[in-house]
Amino acid sequence: MDAAALTQKFSRTQSLKSIDMPTFAVANDELAEVVRYLRDNQGFDLLADLCGVDWPNRSPRFGVVLHLLSTTNKEYVRLHAACDNDAVPSVSSIHPGANWHEREAYDMFGITFTGHPDPRRILMWESYPYHPLRKEFPLAGIEVPLPAADVAAVTGQKVEPAPMMGGPFVSHGGHMSGAEPQALDQSWNEEKPKA
Amino acid sequence: MKTTKEISLGDIAARSEELRGENMTLNMGPSHPATHGVLRLSLELDGDKVIKCDPVIGYLHRGDEKIAENMTYNQFVPYTDRLDYLAPLANNVAYAIAVERLAGLKMPERCEAIRVACCEMARISSHLLGIGVYAMDTGAWTVFMYTFNEREKLYTLFEELTGARFTTSYTRIGGLTRDLPEGWLQRVETFCDGVLKTIDEVDRLLTRNGIFLERTEGIAPISKELALSYGLTGPNLRASGIPFDLRKDKPYSGYEKYEFDIPVGTKGDCFDRYLVRMEEIRQSVRILRQVIKTMPGGAWYAEDAKKIFLPPKAKIMTKMEELIQNFMLVTEGPQIPAGEVYFEAENPKGSLGFYIVSNGGGVPYRLRIRGPSFVSLSILPAIVPGNFLTDVASILGSLDFVMGECDR
Repeated sequence: MDAAALTQKFSRTQSLKSIDMPTFAVANDELAEVVRYLRDNQGFDLLADLCGVDWPNRSPRFGVVLHLLSTTNKEYVRLHAACDNDAVPSVSSIHPGANWHEREAYDMFGITFTGHPDPRRILMWESYPYHPLRKEFPLAGIEVPLPAADVAAVTGQKVEPAPMMGGPFVSHGGHMSGAEPQALDQSWNEEKPKA
Repeated sequence: MKTTKEISLGDIAARSEELRGENMTLNMGPSHPATHGVLRLSLELDGDKVIKCDPVIGYLHRGDEKIAENMTYNQFVPYTDRLDYLAPLANNVAYAIAVERLAGLKMPERCEAIRVACCEMARISSHLLGIGVYAMDTGAWTVFMYTFNEREKLYTLFEELTGARFTTSYTRIGGLTRDLPEGWLQRVETFCDGVLKTIDEVDRLLTRNGIFLERTEGIAPISKELALSYGLTGPNLRASGIPFDLRKDKPYSGYEKYEFDIPVGTKGDCFDRYLVRMEEIRQSVRILRQVIKTMPGGAWYAEDAKKIFLPPKAKIMTKMEELIQNFMLVTEGPQIPAGEVYFEAENPKGSLGFYIVSNGGGVPYRLRIRGPSFVSLSILPAIVPGNFLTDVASILGSLDFVMGECDR
């Protein structure tokens, strides 16, 4: 990894301190060129990972983190870009594997990637109204309509938040049998008549 | 004299183009035996030929990354079992090492050796299943019975070691749950002998089997360039001819101490991916034997693990400091320094990566899971079109994915 050559060629790129691999903060609009340069000139031929990070108190709010791997030199490099909802250039024309990672970052955080060939959601369904990995999204989830309107019309069902009582993932709230000791933790707060 | 008029083959082809019917859209999955879980492929068919493939994933999305942000580092260990649920031991190890790197913990040799044994047994277990169901997808039932027989023995060994057959949660951040049980290594040795015989048997059943060859050889070849550009890892990358293996190239947990070879394919077709997995089982047995032979003594947890492990129960009940320590660990979690780390381990399905951002404290700020199956499936739109519908089962089987890890 020739860090000097990279920071020289892209003067807005800054080297960051990191415990495990060379890390750079890359200017948002230069990201695609930096990735292309690293692939063509420094042998980083495999995009290991691309993901978003939400920093609600920062401006710009979202981080996009890329991990590139060189299969010939056996080394990693990490690139940080930052953005609000203004777009980050898509790298999927350089590494087609980024396609799904970018779709996931859009799905989970609402980060948009300019020039993305297929900007759809990937893990949630297309009509889902939220971006679940944003920090303000509650762990239990938020009530939303079912993805299939025809099913919803017949059953009247909705996608409901997970009941959080007695641990995050008790499948049904309300009355539970005494055979499930973990479900009884609300009994701490109940007032019982003294025997 | 009658004249013969020449009809060019092009004209005939053009006429057959006129007869071409409408394309048909076929949903394969989410409940289909060849999609190994809940993958849905939205296929566009021209007759029997696939002309477009759009994988629809997310049916098994449980929000593991969101859950991780809401619990302590220790509490997340059982969730890693449920990523690649065919190799939970290897997932546990990958997660533990990622957090340990962030915390700056160094593992003693015995712990590392036990972890290597865990990873290799997980690899054998995963590949046995991979090959068994792959053969079944192509119409060979028998292999599945042979390989599941061996997996059963492995599960018995896992049960002895961890107390669970399926969801093992064996490693802890800073060490392991417990030391090896008495005589366990000998039983692993016995298993090693048995599994090699089974693999030879499978070899005889499949490798030169005409039907199997017809269904796999030359199907969906992935070139080196394509494999790299899509970020394939693990056996799928190596089958395409790239000798990259994190155990060799970025050794962790003491893998540099063991001798083993990396099988590499040439054509990257479905058959090569099968061959690579077969050989990897043999190499894993080789590593296991070395681990058994050289198993070091000493501690199985790190010196600093006291800051992460719960204190012994007897001490909690009698000593003030341990009681406080226990309380802090349960309520706040182990204190991990601020920073970021990315660690990939060579899992059976490819590189399983954990990217952890910590602001300090006991809960990760962001925990990203890079599942190899997610990446393996992203290549489908590039390799499936042009193949027949029946080949889709072969292709899916050869990629050896698991939806738990893809959807997270």
